[in-house]
Amino acid sequence: MSFINYSTREINCKIVYYGPGLCGKTANLQYIYDKTDPNLKGKMISLATETDRTLFFDFMPLKLGEIKGFKVRFHLYTVPGQVFYDASRKLILKGADGVVFVADSQMDRMDANLDSFDNLRDNLKEHGYDLDTIPLVLQYNKRDLPDIVPVKELEEALNFRGVKSFEAIAIKGVGVFETLKQIAKEIIIKLKG
Amino acid sequence: MDNLFWLSDEKILEKFEVELNRLKVESNAKATFLIDKNGQLIGSSKNTENYDKTSIGALVAGNVAATGGLANLLGEKEFSILFHEGENEHVHISLVAGKLILVVIFDETTSLGLIRLRVKKSLKVFEKLLRDLEKSSQENNRENIFSDITEDDIDNLFNIGGE
Repeated sequence: MSFINYSTREINCKIVYYGPGLCGKTANLQYIYDKTDPNLKGKMISLATETDRTLFFDFMPLKLGEIKGFKVRFHLYTVPGQVFYDASRKLILKGADGVVFVADSQMDRMDANLDSFDNLRDNLKEHGYDLDTIPLVLQYNKRDLPDIVPVKELEEALNFRGVKSFEAIAIKGVGVFETLKQIAKEIIIKLKG
Repeated sequence: MDNLFWLSDEKILEKFEVELNRLKVESNAKATFLIDKNGQLIGSSKNTENYDKTSIGALVAGNVAATGGLANLLGEKEFSILFHEGENEHVHISLVAGKLILVVIFDETTSLGLIRLRVKKSLKVFEKLLRDLEKSSQENNRENIFSDITEDDIDNLFNIGGE
Protein backbone atom coordinates (compact mmCIF):
# COMPACT_ATOMS: atom_id res chain seq x y z
CA MET A 1 0.00 0.00 0.00
CA SER A 2 1.62 3.22 -1.11
CA PHE A 3 1.60 6.00 1.39
CA ILE A 4 1.07 9.58 0.29
CA ASN A 5 1.56 12.39 2.76
CA TYR A 6 0.29 15.70 1.48
CA SER A 7 1.61 17.73 4.36
CA THR A 8 5.21 16.62 3.89
CA ARG A 9 4.64 16.00 0.15
CA GLU A 10 6.05 12.51 0.20
CA ILE A 11 5.18 9.28 -1.53
CA ASN A 12 6.44 6.09 0.08
CA CYS A 13 6.32 2.69 -1.58
CA LYS A 14 7.36 -0.72 -0.31
CA ILE A 15 9.40 -3.17 -2.38
CA VAL A 16 9.97 -6.70 -1.12
CA TYR A 17 12.82 -8.92 -2.35
CA TYR A 18 11.65 -12.52 -2.24
CA GLY A 19 13.30 -15.82 -3.12
CA PRO A 20 14.80 -19.03 -1.74
CA GLY A 21 17.45 -19.10 0.98
CA LEU A 22 20.89 -17.83 -0.04
CA CYS A 23 19.69 -16.61 -3.45
CA GLY A 24 21.14 -13.12 -2.91
CA LYS A 25 18.30 -10.92 -1.62
CA THR A 26 20.43 -9.34 1.08
CA ALA A 27 23.30 -9.03 -1.43
CA ASN A 28 21.03 -6.91 -3.63
CA LEU A 29 20.19 -4.54 -0.79
CA GLN A 30 23.79 -4.42 0.40
CA TYR A 31 25.01 -3.42 -3.06
CA ILE A 32 22.34 -0.74 -3.41
CA TYR A 33 23.24 0.52 0.04
CA ASP A 34 26.98 0.61 -0.71
CA LYS A 35 26.57 2.42 -4.02
CA THR A 36 23.98 5.01 -3.10
CA ASP A 37 24.82 8.57 -2.14
CA PRO A 38 24.70 8.80 1.69
CA ASN A 39 22.28 11.74 1.41
CA LEU A 40 19.77 9.57 -0.38
CA LYS A 41 19.66 6.60 1.92
CA GLY A 42 18.84 5.90 5.53
CA LYS A 43 20.36 3.27 7.72
CA MET A 44 20.34 -0.33 6.49
CA ILE A 45 18.90 -2.60 9.14
CA SER A 46 19.63 -6.32 9.02
CA LEU A 47 17.91 -8.58 11.50
CA ALA A 48 20.13 -11.58 10.95
CA THR A 49 21.34 -14.65 12.80
CA GLU A 50 24.89 -14.96 14.10
CA THR A 51 25.79 -16.68 10.84
CA ASP A 52 24.46 -13.72 8.82
CA ARG A 53 21.35 -15.47 7.59
CA THR A 54 18.34 -13.17 7.50
CA LEU A 55 16.20 -13.89 10.53
CA PHE A 56 13.36 -11.42 10.10
CA PHE A 57 14.13 -8.83 7.43
CA ASP A 58 16.64 -6.40 5.97
CA PHE A 59 15.41 -2.88 5.48
CA MET A 60 16.72 0.23 3.79
CA PRO A 61 14.95 3.46 2.88
CA LEU A 62 15.94 5.02 -0.44
CA LYS A 63 15.11 8.57 -1.49
CA LEU A 64 14.68 9.14 -5.18
CA GLY A 65 13.82 12.31 -7.08
CA GLU A 66 10.48 14.06 -7.22
CA ILE A 67 7.27 13.61 -9.14
CA LYS A 68 5.16 16.74 -9.37
CA GLY A 69 6.70 18.17 -6.22
CA PHE A 70 6.28 14.96 -4.25
CA LYS A 71 9.43 13.34 -2.90
CA VAL A 72 9.45 9.67 -3.89
CA ARG A 73 10.84 7.19 -1.41
CA PHE A 74 11.14 3.45 -1.59
CA HIS A 75 11.40 1.21 1.41
CA LEU A 76 13.28 -1.92 0.42
CA TYR A 77 12.75 -5.10 2.41
CA THR A 78 14.04 -8.63 2.08
CA VAL A 79 12.36 -11.68 3.55
CA PRO A 80 14.17 -14.58 5.22
CA GLY A 81 14.48 -17.19 2.49
CA GLN A 82 14.73 -20.28 4.64
CA VAL A 83 11.60 -22.45 4.48
CA PHE A 84 11.42 -22.46 8.28
CA TYR A 85 10.66 -18.73 8.50
CA ASP A 86 7.42 -18.71 6.55
CA ALA A 87 5.45 -16.89 9.26
CA SER A 88 7.93 -13.99 9.11
CA ARG A 89 7.84 -13.88 5.30
CA LYS A 90 4.08 -13.51 5.40
CA LEU A 91 4.31 -10.52 7.75
CA ILE A 92 6.83 -8.70 5.60
CA LEU A 93 4.79 -9.06 2.43
CA LYS A 94 1.95 -7.10 4.02
CA GLY A 95 1.61 -3.70 2.42
CA ALA A 96 4.04 -4.52 -0.43
CA ASP A 97 3.61 -2.42 -3.57
CA GLY A 98 5.89 -4.59 -5.66
CA VAL A 99 7.98 -7.75 -5.47
CA VAL A 100 11.39 -8.64 -6.85
CA PHE A 101 11.72 -12.39 -7.08
CA VAL A 102 15.40 -13.32 -6.90
CA ALA A 103 16.01 -16.77 -8.34
CA ASP A 104 19.22 -18.72 -7.76
CA SER A 105 20.47 -19.78 -11.20
CA GLN A 106 22.31 -22.87 -9.96
CA MET A 107 20.88 -26.15 -11.23
CA ASP A 108 20.59 -27.72 -7.80
CA ARG A 109 18.55 -24.72 -6.55
CA MET A 110 15.86 -24.96 -9.19
CA ASP A 111 13.46 -26.85 -6.94
CA ALA A 112 14.01 -24.27 -4.22
CA ASN A 113 13.19 -21.49 -6.71
CA LEU A 114 9.95 -23.17 -7.68
CA ASP A 115 8.97 -23.84 -4.07
CA SER A 116 9.69 -20.24 -3.12
CA PHE A 117 7.69 -18.93 -6.08
CA ASP A 118 4.69 -21.07 -5.05
CA ASN A 119 5.14 -19.87 -1.51
CA LEU A 120 5.11 -16.26 -2.76
CA ARG A 121 1.81 -16.88 -4.51
CA ASP A 122 0.26 -18.41 -1.37
CA ASN A 123 1.51 -15.69 0.94
CA LEU A 124 0.38 -12.88 -1.37
CA LYS A 125 -3.03 -14.50 -1.53
CA GLU A 126 -3.32 -14.42 2.25
CA HIS A 127 -2.99 -10.63 2.10
CA GLY A 128 -5.50 -10.38 -0.72
CA TYR A 129 -2.86 -9.77 -3.42
CA ASP A 130 -2.55 -11.68 -6.64
CA LEU A 131 0.79 -12.84 -8.06
CA ASP A 132 -0.76 -12.45 -11.52
CA THR A 133 -1.29 -8.70 -11.10
CA ILE A 134 1.08 -7.29 -8.46
CA PRO A 135 4.09 -5.36 -9.87
CA LEU A 136 6.74 -8.04 -10.25
CA VAL A 137 10.27 -8.27 -11.63
CA LEU A 138 12.39 -11.41 -11.84
CA GLN A 139 16.11 -11.52 -11.27
CA TYR A 140 18.20 -14.54 -12.24
CA ASN A 141 21.12 -14.26 -9.90
CA LYS A 142 24.55 -15.92 -9.67
CA ARG A 143 25.07 -15.98 -13.44
CA ASP A 144 28.85 -16.21 -12.86
CA LEU A 145 28.70 -19.63 -11.22
CA PRO A 146 29.23 -22.98 -12.97
CA ASP A 147 26.32 -25.41 -13.44
CA ILE A 148 23.65 -22.82 -13.98
CA VAL A 149 20.30 -23.19 -15.64
CA PRO A 150 20.01 -21.44 -19.03
CA VAL A 151 17.93 -18.24 -18.88
CA LYS A 152 15.46 -19.71 -21.35
CA GLU A 153 14.65 -22.52 -18.93
CA LEU A 154 14.33 -20.13 -16.01
CA GLU A 155 11.96 -18.02 -18.06
CA GLU A 156 9.85 -21.04 -18.91
CA ALA A 157 9.74 -22.18 -15.30
CA LEU A 158 9.10 -18.85 -13.57
CA ASN A 159 8.11 -16.11 -15.96
CA PHE A 160 4.60 -17.16 -16.89
CA ARG A 161 3.51 -13.50 -16.80
CA GLY A 162 6.16 -12.37 -19.21
CA VAL A 163 7.39 -9.65 -16.85
CA LYS A 164 10.81 -8.02 -17.21
CA SER A 165 13.64 -10.20 -15.98
CA PHE A 166 17.32 -9.51 -15.44
CA GLU A 167 20.44 -11.62 -15.25
CA ALA A 168 22.49 -10.67 -12.24
CA ILE A 169 25.60 -11.22 -10.18
CA ALA A 170 24.33 -9.39 -7.13
CA ILE A 171 27.53 -9.44 -5.08
CA LYS A 172 29.30 -7.65 -7.94
CA GLY A 173 26.33 -5.38 -8.61
CA VAL A 174 25.56 -6.74 -12.07
CA GLY A 175 21.86 -6.29 -12.76
CA VAL A 176 21.10 -4.91 -9.30
CA PHE A 177 20.17 -1.32 -10.18
CA GLU A 178 18.46 -2.43 -13.40
CA THR A 179 16.18 -4.66 -11.32
CA LEU A 180 15.45 -1.90 -8.81
CA LYS A 181 14.67 0.67 -11.50
CA GLN A 182 12.32 -1.71 -13.24
CA ILE A 183 10.30 -2.59 -10.15
CA ALA A 184 10.07 1.10 -9.22
CA LYS A 185 8.76 1.81 -12.72
CA GLU A 186 6.22 -0.99 -12.52
CA ILE A 187 4.93 0.33 -9.19
CA ILE A 188 4.54 3.89 -10.43
CA ILE A 189 2.86 2.72 -13.64
CA LYS A 190 0.40 0.72 -11.51
CA LEU A 191 -0.29 3.80 -9.35
CA LYS A 192 -0.91 5.80 -12.49
CA GLY A 193 -3.77 3.38 -13.15
CA MET B 1 -6.64 3.74 -6.04
CA ASP B 2 -7.72 1.64 -3.08
CA ASN B 3 -4.17 0.53 -2.57
CA LEU B 4 -3.13 3.98 -1.37
CA PHE B 5 -3.04 5.41 2.10
CA TRP B 6 -3.61 9.13 1.80
CA LEU B 7 -2.81 11.75 4.34
CA SER B 8 -4.48 14.71 2.76
CA ASP B 9 -6.04 16.73 5.56
CA GLU B 10 -3.30 18.88 7.04
CA LYS B 11 -5.52 20.27 9.78
CA ILE B 12 -6.17 16.80 11.15
CA LEU B 13 -2.50 15.92 10.87
CA GLU B 14 -1.66 19.01 12.90
CA LYS B 15 -4.09 17.86 15.56
CA PHE B 16 -2.28 14.52 15.69
CA GLU B 17 0.97 16.36 16.35
CA VAL B 18 -0.62 18.60 19.00
CA GLU B 19 -1.79 15.50 20.84
CA LEU B 20 1.61 13.81 20.42
CA ASN B 21 3.23 16.86 22.03
CA ARG B 22 0.67 17.01 24.81
CA LEU B 23 1.26 13.33 25.56
CA LYS B 24 5.01 13.86 25.57
CA VAL B 25 4.81 16.79 27.99
CA GLU B 26 2.16 15.36 30.32
CA SER B 27 3.86 11.98 30.62
CA ASN B 28 7.34 13.51 30.77
CA ALA B 29 8.43 11.21 27.94
CA LYS B 30 11.40 11.87 25.66
CA ALA B 31 9.59 11.41 22.38
CA THR B 32 6.29 10.24 20.94
CA PHE B 33 5.62 8.96 17.43
CA LEU B 34 2.60 7.81 15.52
CA ILE B 35 3.19 5.38 12.65
CA ASP B 36 1.00 3.20 10.49
CA LYS B 37 1.16 -0.58 10.58
CA ASN B 38 3.57 -0.61 7.64
CA GLY B 39 5.99 1.59 9.54
CA GLN B 40 5.27 4.89 7.78
CA LEU B 41 5.52 7.93 10.02
CA ILE B 42 2.27 9.85 10.49
CA GLY B 43 3.56 12.35 13.04
CA SER B 44 5.97 12.94 15.87
CA SER B 45 6.38 15.18 18.91
CA LYS B 46 8.72 18.16 18.83
CA ASN B 47 12.49 17.86 19.24
CA THR B 48 12.79 14.42 17.69
CA GLU B 49 15.38 15.38 15.07
CA ASN B 50 17.98 13.12 16.66
CA TYR B 51 15.88 10.02 16.26
CA ASP B 52 16.12 7.91 13.10
CA LYS B 53 12.36 7.90 12.61
CA THR B 54 12.40 5.83 9.41
CA SER B 55 14.28 3.00 11.11
CA ILE B 56 12.16 3.28 14.25
CA GLY B 57 9.04 3.04 12.08
CA ALA B 58 10.25 -0.06 10.24
CA LEU B 59 11.40 -1.85 13.39
CA VAL B 60 8.35 -1.01 15.49
CA ALA B 61 6.03 -2.09 12.66
CA GLY B 62 8.00 -5.35 12.35
CA ASN B 63 7.79 -5.78 16.10
CA VAL B 64 4.02 -5.21 16.15
CA ALA B 65 3.56 -7.52 13.15
CA ALA B 66 5.58 -10.29 14.84
CA THR B 67 3.68 -10.03 18.13
CA GLY B 68 0.42 -9.84 16.17
CA GLY B 69 1.34 -13.12 14.46
CA LEU B 70 2.09 -14.61 17.87
CA ALA B 71 -1.27 -13.36 19.20
CA ASN B 72 -3.07 -15.08 16.34
CA LEU B 73 -1.28 -18.33 17.06
CA LEU B 74 -2.47 -18.14 20.65
CA GLY B 75 -6.02 -17.32 19.63
CA GLU B 76 -5.79 -13.66 20.64
CA LYS B 77 -6.95 -10.90 18.29
CA GLU B 78 -3.87 -8.82 19.03
CA PHE B 79 -1.56 -7.72 21.80
CA SER B 80 -2.57 -4.12 22.06
CA ILE B 81 0.29 -2.96 24.28
CA LEU B 82 4.00 -3.81 24.08
CA PHE B 83 6.63 -2.63 26.48
CA HIS B 84 10.39 -2.87 26.08
CA GLU B 85 12.52 -2.14 29.10
CA GLY B 86 16.10 -1.07 28.62
CA GLU B 87 18.76 -0.04 31.10
CA ASN B 88 18.09 3.66 30.53
CA GLU B 89 15.52 4.00 27.79
CA HIS B 90 12.20 2.25 27.52
CA VAL B 91 9.66 1.97 24.76
CA HIS B 92 5.89 1.75 25.18
CA ILE B 93 3.97 0.72 22.07
CA SER B 94 0.20 0.67 21.74
CA LEU B 95 -2.26 0.18 18.90
CA VAL B 96 -4.70 2.91 17.94
CA ALA B 97 -7.95 1.28 16.80
CA GLY B 98 -5.87 -1.62 15.45
CA LYS B 99 -4.69 0.63 12.60
CA LEU B 100 -1.96 2.95 13.84
CA ILE B 101 0.86 2.48 16.31
CA LEU B 102 1.64 4.94 19.09
CA VAL B 103 5.26 4.83 20.27
CA VAL B 104 6.42 6.50 23.48
CA ILE B 105 10.12 6.59 24.34
CA PHE B 106 10.91 7.46 27.95
CA ASP B 107 13.55 7.15 30.66
CA GLU B 108 13.82 7.10 34.45
CA THR B 109 12.56 10.66 34.81
CA THR B 110 9.02 9.28 34.55
CA SER B 111 7.30 6.01 35.34
CA LEU B 112 5.60 3.27 33.37
CA GLY B 113 2.42 3.91 35.37
CA LEU B 114 2.23 7.55 34.31
CA ILE B 115 3.01 6.64 30.68
CA ARG B 116 0.24 4.05 30.64
CA LEU B 117 -2.24 6.46 32.20
CA ARG B 118 -1.51 9.27 29.74
CA VAL B 119 -1.37 6.94 26.75
CA LYS B 120 -4.80 5.60 27.64
CA LYS B 121 -6.17 9.15 27.63
CA SER B 122 -4.46 10.04 24.35
CA LEU B 123 -5.62 6.88 22.60
CA LYS B 124 -9.20 8.15 22.73
CA VAL B 125 -8.13 11.40 21.08
CA PHE B 126 -6.13 9.57 18.40
CA GLU B 127 -9.02 7.23 17.69
CA LYS B 128 -11.33 10.17 17.11
CA LEU B 129 -8.76 11.92 14.90
CA LEU B 130 -8.29 8.72 12.91
CA ARG B 131 -12.05 8.54 12.29
CA ASP B 132 -11.99 12.19 11.17
CA LEU B 133 -9.05 11.49 8.88
CA GLU B 134 -10.76 8.50 7.29
CA LYS B 135 -13.95 10.52 6.81
CA SER B 136 -12.05 13.41 5.28
CA SER B 137 -10.16 11.04 2.96
CA GLN B 138 -13.45 9.66 1.67
CA GLU B 139 -14.99 13.08 1.13
CA ASN B 140 -12.09 14.92 -0.43
CA ASN B 141 -11.41 14.75 -4.09
CA ARG B 142 -7.81 13.73 -4.30
CA GLU B 143 -5.50 15.17 -6.84
CA ASN B 144 -4.20 12.25 -8.91
CA ILE B 145 -0.54 13.11 -8.94
CA PHE B 146 0.27 10.15 -11.14
CA SER B 147 -2.21 10.83 -13.92
CA ASP B 148 0.01 12.63 -16.40
CA ILE B 149 3.51 11.47 -15.54
CA THR B 150 5.64 10.21 -18.37
CA GLU B 151 8.32 7.54 -18.74
CA ASP B 152 10.86 10.37 -18.61
CA ASP B 153 9.54 11.54 -15.24
CA ILE B 154 10.03 8.04 -13.92
CA ASP B 155 13.53 7.75 -15.43
CA ASN B 156 14.47 11.08 -13.90
CA LEU B 157 13.72 9.70 -10.47
CA PHE B 158 16.82 7.59 -10.82
CA ASN B 159 19.37 10.27 -11.42
CA ILE B 160 20.71 9.35 -8.04
CA GLY B 161 24.00 7.69 -8.71
CA GLY B 162 24.34 3.94 -8.63
CA GLU B 163 25.13 2.59 -12.05
